[in-house]
Amino acid sequence: MSASIEQLSCRELVELVTDYLEGALPARERDSFEHHIEGCKGCHEYVRQMRETIELTGTLAPGDISPEAEAALLSAFRDWTSR
Amino acid sequence: MYNASLLRVALIYVATRAVAEDVVQETWIGVLNGIDRFEGRSSLKTWIFRILTNIAKTRGQREGRTVPFSALERPDAVPEAAVDADRFLPPDHERWPGHWASRPEPWPEERLLAAETRAVVERAIEELPPAQRAVISLRDIEGWSSEEARNALGISETNQRVLLHRARSKVRQALENYLTEAQ
Repeated sequence: MSASIEQLSCRELVELVTDYLEGALPARERDSFEHHIEGCKGCHEYVRQMRETIELTGTLAPGDISPEAEAALLSAFRDWTSR
Repeated sequence: MYNASLLRVALIYVATRAVAEDVVQETWIGVLNGIDRFEGRSSLKTWIFRILTNIAKTRGQREGRTVPFSALERPDAVPEAAVDADRFLPPDHERWPGHWASRPEPWPEERLLAAETRAVVERAIEELPPAQRAVISLRDIEGWSSEEARNALGISETNQRVLLHRARSKVRQALENYLTEAQ
């Protein structure tokens, strides 16, 4: 940890990660965020884990509805199309 | 197509999965009946989710459930930390206030790809408060843009981001707990 990352503490940085990844940080805050993670091993790893988390969540298959609900829906659809 | 996400969004407003499934079914009927009136001013999926939230709200009110609007409209009202305070040095630490006391360690790559790890993510998402679960489903499972998600839920950009932040932070924490526990 160097003196240059003292401005933004790690505890503050973890609350800005989503704003950062969403591109919602104002330029100055984004600079100090990037400056911090370049010099701080813990926060660098933290941001990486957030990216890994997002990626992993993206591999989940959207689950299916129950067979009963699907059957009811299909029958509603058939009623509708036969009107 | 969007059934899992429709269900998760419905669960913001109604108490049980069975009622949520009813709401989803009613939504599709509403979509079929109203498709002639769809004017293309929003995307079709946003329109479908607006129909869903209207039906779910009405249903939730009829059940006498206090709809947790605050969860959607004022998510900041109750502060929530992304990482436990005890992971950091205290604010009055003489040299490094607020810096990591126990910093995150890299995750083993090979375990990230394991089916059990995915199950941990799924469970963590199921355990989230409904509004957070709905937002992370639309954004990170369905892959929607932030604009699509906030239109479907009728919430501000900022609130969408707060909910997403809390949801992702908790899923990360669940992964960390699982991946760093003794094998």
